[in-house]
Amino acid sequence: MVEVPCSGRVEPALLLKALNDGADGVMVAGCLEGDCHFLRGNVRARRRVERLQRFLPEMGVEPGRVEMFNLSAAMGTRFAEIVTQMTERLRELGPWRRGPVRDEEVGA
Amino acid sequence: MAEAKPFAEVAARLRDGRRILVAGCGGCVAVCQAGGEHEAQTLAEGIRLWGGKQGRVLEAMATAVPRQCEPEWVDSLREAVAQADAVVSLGCGVGVGFPAEAFPQACVIPGLNTIFGGGTVSPGVFEERCAFCGDCVLADTAGICPVSRCAKRLANGLCGGSSDGRCEISSDLPCAWQMICERLAAFTPPKDWSRAENGGPRRIRREDLFV
Repeated sequence: MVEVPCSGRVEPALLLKALNDGADGVMVAGCLEGDCHFLRGNVRARRRVERLQRFLPEMGVEPGRVEMFNLSAAMGTRFAEIVTQMTERLRELGPWRRGPVRDEEVGA
Repeated sequence: MAEAKPFAEVAARLRDGRRILVAGCGGCVAVCQAGGEHEAQTLAEGIRLWGGKQGRVLEAMATAVPRQCEPEWVDSLREAVAQADAVVSLGCGVGVGFPAEAFPQACVIPGLNTIFGGGTVSPGVFEERCAFCGDCVLADTAGICPVSRCAKRLANGLCGGSSDGRCEISSDLPCAWQMICERLAAFTPPKDWSRAENGGPRRIRREDLFV
């Protein structure tokens, strides 16, 4: 779990880095639309995620490995549901890379 | 203004290079968010991802200089370029050329398609404003460029194809010459015809010349 001040902080390079560092998928959880403390950070995050989803197949990676969700800090149950759905989706997709993660790649 | 090349086109040029340097530029291409530091980071991560998908371990590093069209800034890339098998330059067509000349041994690959000289008309929308014609006419055209903004690049006024101030090639495109004429009319008041022939035959009296 990577905490950022606002989902508007999330940029494509961060999401790709997460995949490169070994994650099989990345989920961006932003506040409910219309509830952004910084006005439109969550809307911008969604647009960036959607743009990245169009970009991922060019690199041979399934677009479903990144996803944007909106929910409030008080929606714990919904959060659990979403995480479960995302986990199931990634389990179906399997690891994104052909070979095993190598030590030098994750900086171990 | 520039746009990212399709990833596959860049990737194909990398061949079997293992250490890739993605060099962004902080100038014009950063304004249109195609070739700045953030885009360099994204592309570097993308290259690592693409490599990983094929079971290859690629080292892709991102960097950026304020302007790739200046030798001093380009020179600051020397060490990073020396360690790279390939350099993807996110400079414009001008910017790519400078590292290519400065580092003759390096494989320098353009990452962008440079499209036009323009600016940001609203967030995320960039429009052409200069065609680099080398003979600026803006002083005569109320600051609106007919070379870059008229579809026919006309030099002497409306073509007659526009309607309601819109170009005939697209209703989204304002007619540059309509804009120029309206703006010039605001600068130049209507001609004063009171001194013309409308008062009948004209006469000049010079009493100092009378005999």
